[in-house]
Amino acid sequence: MYTEKVMDHFQHPRNVGEIENASGVGTVGNAKCGDIMRIYLDIDEDQIIRDVKFKTFGCGAAVATSSMATELVKGKSVQEAMEVTNKAVMEALDGLPPVKVHCSLLAEEAIHAALWDYAEKNGIKIEGLEKPKSDIHEGEEEEEEEY
Amino acid sequence: MDKLIYLDNAATTRTAPEVVEAMLPYFTEHYGNPSSVYGFASANKEVIAKQREIIAGVLGAKANEIYFTAGGTESDNWALTATAEAYAEKGKHIITSRIEHHAILHTCAYLEKRGYEVTYLDVDENGLVDPAAVEAAIRPDTILISIMFANNEIGTIEPIAEIGKIARAHGVLFHTDAVQAFAHVPINVDECNIDMLSASGHKLNGPKGIGFLYIRKGVKIRSFIHGGAQERKRRAGTENVPGIVGLGKAVELAAASMKERMDRETEIRDYLISRIGKEIPYCRLNGDRTKRLPNNVNFSFRFIEGESLLIMLDMKGICASSGSACTSGSLDPSHVLLAIGLPHEIAHGSLRMTLDEEMTKEDVDYVVDNLKEIVAQLRSMSPLYEDFVKKQEKNQ
Repeated sequence: MYTEKVMDHFQHPRNVGEIENASGVGTVGNAKCGDIMRIYLDIDEDQIIRDVKFKTFGCGAAVATSSMATELVKGKSVQEAMEVTNKAVMEALDGLPPVKVHCSLLAEEAIHAALWDYAEKNGIKIEGLEKPKSDIHEGEEEEEEEY
Repeated sequence: MDKLIYLDNAATTRTAPEVVEAMLPYFTEHYGNPSSVYGFASANKEVIAKQREIIAGVLGAKANEIYFTAGGTESDNWALTATAEAYAEKGKHIITSRIEHHAILHTCAYLEKRGYEVTYLDVDENGLVDPAAVEAAIRPDTILISIMFANNEIGTIEPIAEIGKIARAHGVLFHTDAVQAFAHVPINVDECNIDMLSASGHKLNGPKGIGFLYIRKGVKIRSFIHGGAQERKRRAGTENVPGIVGLGKAVELAAASMKERMDRETEIRDYLISRIGKEIPYCRLNGDRTKRLPNNVNFSFRFIEGESLLIMLDMKGICASSGSACTSGSLDPSHVLLAIGLPHEIAHGSLRMTLDEEMTKEDVDYVVDNLKEIVAQLRSMSPLYEDFVKKQEKNQ
């Protein structure tokens, strides 16, 4: 069901943990739906992401997308980090099953939420960054059931 | 992978080698159509009759009350829709529970769209249906009560005898989905006043694609499949002779070893439950502690999600299942776990392990040792656990 890369990032997740006094922390998702991601960013005065850590409650894809997202933003400037979209995360993982695409959206959302927190704390404006939604599943249409 | 511990016997079981052996001649040698006149083929009619007797004997039923189907789901569909149709003049009200298999719940939803009314009874925190609530739900237009014998996820065995008594006293038909219970625990249709009962072959070391519906003599029920005289014209179509032979053999074997198997499975089950309960913090046993299928263990582990758990167990050669949303393809976790009152996040962290009689204590030790490590590892990366620990530190 999962690609080798997804399995690799699930079995050996990169950057798991917390950062004390992080420059920005973002938590997204909803325990009700079964996934929550939290991303910690350590950003220096040149707006470069020096370190990144994550914690995730969720399925294999949720863990793998968080892990990959942290790898993709590490060492990047905050502006470059904005280019790490869910599509980029998915491509880097060689794809996700259709029912798991929302996990990659969650990963993008978590990065944005952490960047938003950083921007708020420092009075900075990051181009293209919008206030994160509290629940990624908002507005999603309910599955149609047929009988 | 060299190690394989199969703990998903509620999903399906291994077809017993004796069953396969019994079936094989009916593919290549005795392949005749039982409806044909010549002796070569019509002998198969006797063979089918023999299997019917075996199954009826185990249930305390009569052979002509056993109708072969393609499995449990078909039996459930048949029992509900055909009863609804046949008794529509009496009324259009059906009583069931919130924790039934989807074969029941989705068929009820189908009937609701066609003008039937369904009462879905709540269950208690262990998944038990209250017989008094069944009685209170009965109305003059109630035509059917359908309550499962034992739950497929949490293993709770329902008070079927009491419910049957109530149904009989009120003159309402009583169906039970016994897919998980038949040939695993003793069932007598007369003692329990069961009018209809669904069962499936592959849950008891029989083949897939075969099951039966027990229909008490005198129950007015519509034919389900039209086009022939098979199954007393109620379920037409050339009989699945190898499947029927396999089912009969599986039932014969399961019934003969039931007592011994129940004792053995119960002992191993209780050892597994006690080790997990003692050694893994923040967990909860789902389902009734004693009114429980001998082979079912279901735990929720807080702060972690079930699919992650399953993948990590799989890497250790352990096959299990979960009620997490991620494993069901929807956003909601198992309706059974929600019905027993678990919050969503705890329902997402559930693990079902359903064992067979070959499981040993050494297997349990291997499973628990790995499970402990995996749960700890997943918690170490869970933001929910992080928040919980920080909150506890703050309160100290």
